[in-house]
Amino acid sequence: MGHAAPVMTDLDVRVWRGDAAGALQRFFVPRGEKQTVLDVVTYIQRRLDPTLAYRFACRVGMCGSCAMMVNGKPRWTCRANVDRVADAGTLELRPLRNMPVIKDLAVDMTGFFEKWQAADGRFVPTSTRDDPIAVVPPSSPERQAADAGIECINCGICHAACDVVAWDPGYLGPAALNRAWTLQNDMRDGDHADRLKAVTRGSGCLTCHSQGNCARFCPNSLNPTGAIAGLKRLAMKAALKGRL
Amino acid sequence: MNGIALRLFVLQRLTALVMVPLVLGHLGVIVYATRAGLSSEAILGRTEGSLFWAGFYGLFVVAAAIHGTIGLRTVLAEMSPLRGRGLDLVVTVFGLLVLGLGIRAVVIVT
Repeated sequence: MGHAAPVMTDLDVRVWRGDAAGALQRFFVPRGEKQTVLDVVTYIQRRLDPTLAYRFACRVGMCGSCAMMVNGKPRWTCRANVDRVADAGTLELRPLRNMPVIKDLAVDMTGFFEKWQAADGRFVPTSTRDDPIAVVPPSSPERQAADAGIECINCGICHAACDVVAWDPGYLGPAALNRAWTLQNDMRDGDHADRLKAVTRGSGCLTCHSQGNCARFCPNSLNPTGAIAGLKRLAMKAALKGRL
Repeated sequence: MNGIALRLFVLQRLTALVMVPLVLGHLGVIVYATRAGLSSEAILGRTEGSLFWAGFYGLFVVAAAIHGTIGLRTVLAEMSPLRGRGLDLVVTVFGLLVLGLGIRAVVIVT
């Protein structure tokens, strides 16, 4: 496993190697124009150490698979420009926080997606293909609330940014709750009552402290904190009416 | 209701709602008593035997004890190894202590 011979202008990159008991390994990577963090990781894997494990697919901010911790902050690496995120020519790359590391920069997202299921993050249809297509007025408050949250790409950045997940690993987390909120605002969905029960039991939406790290780091500028606040309002109203 | 988490959440929001006017009233009392330079005798003269002040601060003490205890339970659940019955025992003792001290103070001045 070789390091490139360091040059003055090289990026000084420290990359997490191994599983939870691993350590940082240092690489020197030449700078490039409009270079992204994903370019840096790919350079290391193709030129310096082919055993480096990491995930990516689309490279254009659509698939949500390349997220990792960059200098301590969760970011989508394909759209994280080195000029913007490097700290004095250095990068420290670690696997996403709050998820078990499999190897190097690849984490096990099973628990993350299980929480989507636990939050009833599935659309439950109320009509069949034989029924007329539902008309959802674009200007309705519910449609606008759903619109604000549906561009989630499941990258896990909000989950990694959330301190409440770190304190309470059972907490459903911002992504799953944001998904639940969009479904609660979908007039075609037939699972509103049960979903509200699912997100209010145990470490559900009521656990959120509204710290806003999810909204701060979401690469698509979504606001899961606002979505969770919406779920809390629904829960409060339903509880006071004796429906929960 | 859907489990202990929801009950505590609702109870904490409702006690917060109760405390909003009480906190403002309490701040008003502090400002008035200090600006007017009231002596402790003058304050006690107004509060002793007053059903209004007994009700005002009695309600305040009950709401604050519930609200604060639920908050402490969350903090301990996240920041300490306490869980389950141990956690419930510690916060119940804390809540009763705060409630007892508060009621004692209300009884003494009214």
